[in-house]
Amino acid sequence: MPVEFVDWFATRGWSPREHQLALLARAQAGESALLVAPTGAGKTLAGFLPSLVELAAMAAGPRNAPGGPGLHTLYISPLKALAVDVARNLEIPAAEMNLRLRIETRTGDTSASKRQRQRRDPPQILLTTPEQLALLLASPDSHTLFATLRRVVLDELHATVTSKRGDLLALDLARLRAIAPGMTSVGLSATVRDPDELRRYLVGQHGGKPHMAALVTAPPGAAADLSMLDTSERLPWAGHGAGHAIGEIYERIKAARTALVFVNTRAQAEAIFQQLWRINDDNLAIALHHGSLDASQRRRVEEAMAQGLLKAVVCTSTLDLGIDWGAVDLVINVGAPKGASRLLQRIGRANHRLDEPSRAVLIPSNRFEVLECRAAIDAANEGAQDSPLARAGALDVMCQHILGMACASPFDADALYEEVRSAEPYAATPRETFDAALDFVATGGYALRTYDRFAKIRRNADGLWRIANPAVAQAYRMNVGTIVESDVLKVRLVRGRVEARPAAVPAAPTRFGTLYAPTRLAGGREPGKAYTGPLSRGGRVLGEIEEYFLETLAPGDTFLFGGEILALRGIVENEALVSRARSDTPKVPSYAGGKFPLSTYLAARVRRILSDPELWKKLPTQVAEWLDLQTHRSLLPRAGDLLVETFPRGGRHYLVAYPFEGRLAHQTLGMLLTRRMERLGLKPMGFVANEYALAVWSVSDVGARAAKGLVSMDELFAVDMLGDDLEEWLQESALMKRTFRQCAVISGLIERRFPGKEKSGRQVTMSTDLVYDVLRRHQPDHILLQAARDDAATGLLDLARLSDMLARVQGRIIHRDLDRVSPLAVPVMLEIGREPVYGQAQDEILADAAEILVEEAS
Amino acid sequence: MSSTSTATLRADTIAVPHEIIVAGVGLVADPAGALFLEAEALLVLADLHLEKGSSYAARRVFLPPYDTAATLARVTRLVAHYAPRAVIALGDSFHDRRAAERIHGADVESLRALQAGRQWIWIAGNHDPDPPAGLGGEACGEFRSGPLVFRHEPCEGASPGEIAGHLHPVARVVTARGSLRRRCFASDGERCVMPAFGAFAGGLNLRDVAFSRLFGSRVPNAHVLGRDRVYPVAARHCFGD
Repeated sequence: MPVEFVDWFATRGWSPREHQLALLARAQAGESALLVAPTGAGKTLAGFLPSLVELAAMAAGPRNAPGGPGLHTLYISPLKALAVDVARNLEIPAAEMNLRLRIETRTGDTSASKRQRQRRDPPQILLTTPEQLALLLASPDSHTLFATLRRVVLDELHATVTSKRGDLLALDLARLRAIAPGMTSVGLSATVRDPDELRRYLVGQHGGKPHMAALVTAPPGAAADLSMLDTSERLPWAGHGAGHAIGEIYERIKAARTALVFVNTRAQAEAIFQQLWRINDDNLAIALHHGSLDASQRRRVEEAMAQGLLKAVVCTSTLDLGIDWGAVDLVINVGAPKGASRLLQRIGRANHRLDEPSRAVLIPSNRFEVLECRAAIDAANEGAQDSPLARAGALDVMCQHILGMACASPFDADALYEEVRSAEPYAATPRETFDAALDFVATGGYALRTYDRFAKIRRNADGLWRIANPAVAQAYRMNVGTIVESDVLKVRLVRGRVEARPAAVPAAPTRFGTLYAPTRLAGGREPGKAYTGPLSRGGRVLGEIEEYFLETLAPGDTFLFGGEILALRGIVENEALVSRARSDTPKVPSYAGGKFPLSTYLAARVRRILSDPELWKKLPTQVAEWLDLQTHRSLLPRAGDLLVETFPRGGRHYLVAYPFEGRLAHQTLGMLLTRRMERLGLKPMGFVANEYALAVWSVSDVGARAAKGLVSMDELFAVDMLGDDLEEWLQESALMKRTFRQCAVISGLIERRFPGKEKSGRQVTMSTDLVYDVLRRHQPDHILLQAARDDAATGLLDLARLSDMLARVQGRIIHRDLDRVSPLAVPVMLEIGREPVYGQAQDEILADAAEILVEEAS
Repeated sequence: MSSTSTATLRADTIAVPHEIIVAGVGLVADPAGALFLEAEALLVLADLHLEKGSSYAARRVFLPPYDTAATLARVTRLVAHYAPRAVIALGDSFHDRRAAERIHGADVESLRALQAGRQWIWIAGNHDPDPPAGLGGEACGEFRSGPLVFRHEPCEGASPGEIAGHLHPVARVVTARGSLRRRCFASDGERCVMPAFGAFAGGLNLRDVAFSRLFGSRVPNAHVLGRDRVYPVAARHCFGD
């Protein structure tokens, strides 16, 4: 390391860490490398050190390039805010060592003039996001812009690679390597189970043995101080509100310097925030942060946090990654942690210093979550990580990339195919698949070749593919990226016509009151029948909300949003008009399950705890007693077994299975199982699923039939349900249609917006559903259907996991026919009525509605 | 993979007959979204929007070019079932004026086969004001049968007996069991707005102001298309989107 750097470290009172030096050595040897380090280990500085050293040397040497040295280092972050923050932090050493560097960010917020200037006269270090990189690479000047590139730094790599964004980034990396062959890459990652996967990702693959980047590992930080709240209250059987523990959460916040309160869903965040303020007699500055809130509101909370003005923030995964907040000394995780790695990531948000342990307390909101919290704490203490889901690169992303490359410059299909395959996620892509993607980009990829004359890209006489005209490139730029927002509606506050605005919060005396305090409510009447027709528009936009959430509400229904209780007044175009409501009991819509299913690894640990009474000693007494009761009334399965209970209740016959594979897989299982039961004449009536179990009820007594040998559980749960039944169900599944819509947008089949014409998500939903129906019937092997099926395997349907589970439990199903509900079944039974019930056919909804009409008529 | 594959249509689609009465005349409402006037052996279809998929291609949005085949396959099943003497296509049968130039040969064949041996009437719509060239049938602005008048766009203040399309009604039905959005007939007993039949035709919610303008204070019932029957649902149970 040059002496000026050694001096700089010294003036700061630091000495370079071993992994920082190791990474520098790797870079100086011209190697790509992965740095695995815990939070607080100086990861970012380590990532940039080689670039700074090299740039310092270049600045000292003779300048030969006219008009500046060009772009040297590219930094890619999954979060725009993180890129901005890192740029700011990087200015410090650059300025203090007088390196005279230009360090700039480029995000969606960067002005058009600055963007143009950046292309013409790039900074030496550019910090940006995967989407912006894709845009830069799709422009004709990409070859000159990146020709001087020496290094790419990929931050939070562990978080990026598991998504379609990671696929896009991998393809863009492949292009960068093609433009600047001497370039090396540096990946920065939190601890992961399998670093080799990331090491392959960082370098080009060329068939045969996988190539890997070098690995540099920093020593682990101090062990985290983890505990689970042993509540003095009664632990609920079900639900996710954690309302029982709110007083205890409040006390912990009070005792901490600054706390982050993590929850799994927006609805939970709203509920916890509301309840905390209800008991906030000390007027603690408690704020709310989740992805649906208006961006400016989120920024204000982040800034207040950075300035140390807040006591606590109730947040969702929006703050899992990101900017360091030194003041945070406590992480409170409410609800189930869902995965060992996610928990470690969240814990790391407290005390970003290596030598002090992070402090975190887990608050289970029901009994099963106690088991999950216990399993997660044990895993975290061992430093165990979830195994990532191995996934191949998404086909829709490849389609988008192919078009982007055509926008950059004419390409040769063979060369682009080789380039695509050099990206690790696409290393195994067969040529036919690539050709199908190419055909899709050109004319839609249909067997019926009617669009040839409208082709977006064409192969010319020189054998190169090029775009048909500039409008194609323009359309590409409008549609780049892999993040498809779920259909969202703006939430706009309007003045209620019937209800007056309730008395505002008895203004909190602190300055935070007006900013962060929810409207405190004066109790009282139901706002139910307040819908009065046409509404005035033009109020403030509070944020955005998913359309499927609103589908569960009727006008007049109340819900929590942005810390307030709002009544839905109506929906006009793509806006939900709401007014403040007077109600203490907002209608709680179905818990949307959270985005993260229980990880496979954690599920296995939970099953192990259940199977071993020795391990119950570490559990709260209430829970140990509950499990003990279960062993007397039914049984607890061994770790590899699947317990299925049947029992009668209230005139119905129930079947409850406990796979512990997460809600998504259980919902899919429920759909398929009820189809099979229907065929066997067992007359299933409906089912509910939660993270741990599935309950099906039916007219027939399945238990009695099984006892007589008329029904076999092994047959009921046989793997072959993933065959025809699945195909038939997929045809109608709303989840499949939602999956297809995402693929349609990412691949460019449907434009996010038509140039000059905003197309709202609601209209897109309509048309892609119809497109899906027609395409399925007429070209079931179309590349987009293949892409949607691939997504369904790991996404909303979690088929891969269901399939693994069914295979695992073959011959290991333990059936207990009981005379009444078992203790273990209580939680899932309580979900009935709270959760949407899935029936055989949606037509039953219509039958119900029609019946009402008949009753009224007669 | 042929464009004429019709394999997955259910055999049980036409099961429970459901009647909609318009100006005293009973019409069978088929769950596929058609009306059948038994006395005249008249089958009525609205808003086929043939070649809607290909209409986007010039803008380089490549929707599957199979919507015409899919729509005609459904018409073929209805014709086979009802054996109508005449078929009325209630306007917007073609998505745009140049649709006839783009329609695939196999689909023209299907259309010819459908027209053989029966009267086929193309009512003019706003998407297809002129009769399609070379695609058979006869064209007219509206068609009358007894008290019934068939036209594309419903007229405010029309006398009882109007059967029209144009608005593509859909109903969002909400009950304790859940919520769904489906195409529907909208009828108050004096007039009926038919659902769009075309595979790629979108929908307009029954609560939209366009319907209240049309029906005034006479709130129409929704006759919602289910999988194998039509379900009458009171307007009160239909919600906005």
